[in-house]
Amino acid sequence: MTGEPGPFIRIEGVSKRFGTFEAVKDVNLTIDKGEIFALLGGSGCGKTTLLRMLAGFEEPSAGRIFIDGQDMAGTPPWDRAVHMMFQSYALFPHMSVERNIAYGLKHERLTTAQRRDRVREMLDLVQLTQFAERKPHQISGGQRQRVALARALARQPKLLLLDEPLAALDKKLREHTQFELMSIQQRTGVTFIVVTHDQEEAMTLADRIAVMDRGTVRQVGSAGEIYEYPNSRFVAGFIGTVSTFPGRVVRLTGDLAEIDIPAMNGTFAARAVPGLTEGRNVTVALRPEKVQISKICPDAVNVFEGQVKDLAYFGKDSLYRVTLPAGDLILAHAVNARRGSDSDRTADWDDKVWLSFEPASAILLTD
Amino acid sequence: MSVVAQWFNRRGWRDLIIGLPYLWLVAFFLLPFLIVIAMSVATRTPTAPPFGYGGDNPAINLEGYRRLLSDTLYLRAFVTSLMNAGTATLLCLLLGYPMALGLTRVSKGWRNILLMLVILPFWTSFLLRVYAWMGLMGRNSWFNQLLTDGWNWLVPTAWAVNSVPMMHTNFAVVLVMVYTYLPFMILPLYANLERLDPQLDEAAMDLGSRPSRVFLDVTLPQSIPGIIAGGLLVFIPAAGELVIPTLVGNSASPMIGRVISDEFAQARDWPMASAVAVALLMLMVLPTMAYSHYQSKAEHREDDTP
Repeated sequence: MTGEPGPFIRIEGVSKRFGTFEAVKDVNLTIDKGEIFALLGGSGCGKTTLLRMLAGFEEPSAGRIFIDGQDMAGTPPWDRAVHMMFQSYALFPHMSVERNIAYGLKHERLTTAQRRDRVREMLDLVQLTQFAERKPHQISGGQRQRVALARALARQPKLLLLDEPLAALDKKLREHTQFELMSIQQRTGVTFIVVTHDQEEAMTLADRIAVMDRGTVRQVGSAGEIYEYPNSRFVAGFIGTVSTFPGRVVRLTGDLAEIDIPAMNGTFAARAVPGLTEGRNVTVALRPEKVQISKICPDAVNVFEGQVKDLAYFGKDSLYRVTLPAGDLILAHAVNARRGSDSDRTADWDDKVWLSFEPASAILLTD
Repeated sequence: MSVVAQWFNRRGWRDLIIGLPYLWLVAFFLLPFLIVIAMSVATRTPTAPPFGYGGDNPAINLEGYRRLLSDTLYLRAFVTSLMNAGTATLLCLLLGYPMALGLTRVSKGWRNILLMLVILPFWTSFLLRVYAWMGLMGRNSWFNQLLTDGWNWLVPTAWAVNSVPMMHTNFAVVLVMVYTYLPFMILPLYANLERLDPQLDEAAMDLGSRPSRVFLDVTLPQSIPGIIAGGLLVFIPAAGELVIPTLVGNSASPMIGRVISDEFAQARDWPMASAVAVALLMLMVLPTMAYSHYQSKAEHREDDTP
């Protein structure tokens, strides 16, 4: 089972068409054993279709899916060692919690005692032992979610698919459940694929994330890679907040590029990325927390002027919306590290301010 | 005056609205039923109306109920009714369940068309449809000839027949009852099955069940209320059916509806007819009441679980 070379799950050129609509377009992914992998994207991006193809509810129109080295084409859902936790949980309403969890086990050759032990173990894992006799409508939403998880894990799947696992829970329960999911994943060692539209959920839960848009995978990487090094304007804008400006490469020296940014009225230094040529048009993206704001001109490389249009005070930090000379807006994030009254803050409405950013902090996008 | 108005504003409307269905039931079910019960213990007289109490006769005469249990005519009629209605209900279920399930699996547009087709026969007079069946089942119809030819082709010559005897048999009664009552089975079943979450089927498949297993484990148990509702809607009117057995049935083994009708109209024995009617009602109502009692108790028990 283990120690097999190559990736645990291989998705090769998979497409799925519904009539003329192409829900998934030529997706290639590899996922390692024991990984928590997130498919992140807005509604209609194809993430759920991809998940359903892994579960066997849909057959790919083109391409192949390998799980543990085995081509899954033509294998019906009931013959796959892949289980799914549905967004609606899909618990059987006419069965008790215990019978729900035991449901998948009747297809395995187990003695009554073994089956009972496995159910006990699962109830214990999700801390629902005292609710074993209840029907799904007699327990809370969070408990239902745990029953769904226990039911999916009871048959010891190779791969667990989680469709928006936290979407139906309220905010407080989400955070708790998130860590619980991670700890259960660590204890069981099962590979998790999580579908979600919530970037925060994907970033905290997953080892790696695939950002999907209109049926294609736009970028795959760890949360840090995707946030700090997005490869396209779509990914930069989808994950976190970003201000973007058109620019043009004036000169390339070593790993630094000099970019003319008309919106900021000057040329600025930025860390070069592969594929840049002098004279090429690029998009410069800046994350709000990478932009420093101050009322006195700082001694820094990339400095430009602006006027505060708006500010939002959140207590621990503030978000400024600053108008640049040409009329564009830029977001700047300031941590309120020092205690003080309103008059002591970095800048106020309509103040002239200086903004700056490190060359390494600017994201250059060539798409 | 204002006290009355106050009372009316506080609870009057609510009580009135809740009370209306009860008033309806009292006026159009309970009172007539009490009259029938009263008639069932009267004595037959050659007067008009043809029954009376007291005089030379006992005030309460249980002769009708005694005959009900002793005269095999009535017992046989009950058995025939229950057998025919039971067979028709079972066949309706076997035919209607796949149809109702099919209705939930087709696209929205098709669903509306097919549902329309299910209730379409109601737009034609019921009698006309029964007469159409009589035509089809008659000795010289193309339908009967087709079946006859099929039968003769299948069996050795010694068993050959001139026509298939269909009219005036219990087979004909069951056939026409199934045809007539099928929508009453399909519609409640459809309403029940349509509410089921299709994701539950996927969940069961995901956990290793083949589609046939999914049906037995997930769909069927959840559709029991629909099966019972459809079953009652077919069985109850079928057991008391008068028109179908009169037109296509075997007059030698009448169904209970026919017996009641004959006692009232031909024999003019109103007390006897009433006794049969009361017995039929009890036969229908008691199991229903037992079921709903059990059902509400089960629900109660479930909700009480700590």
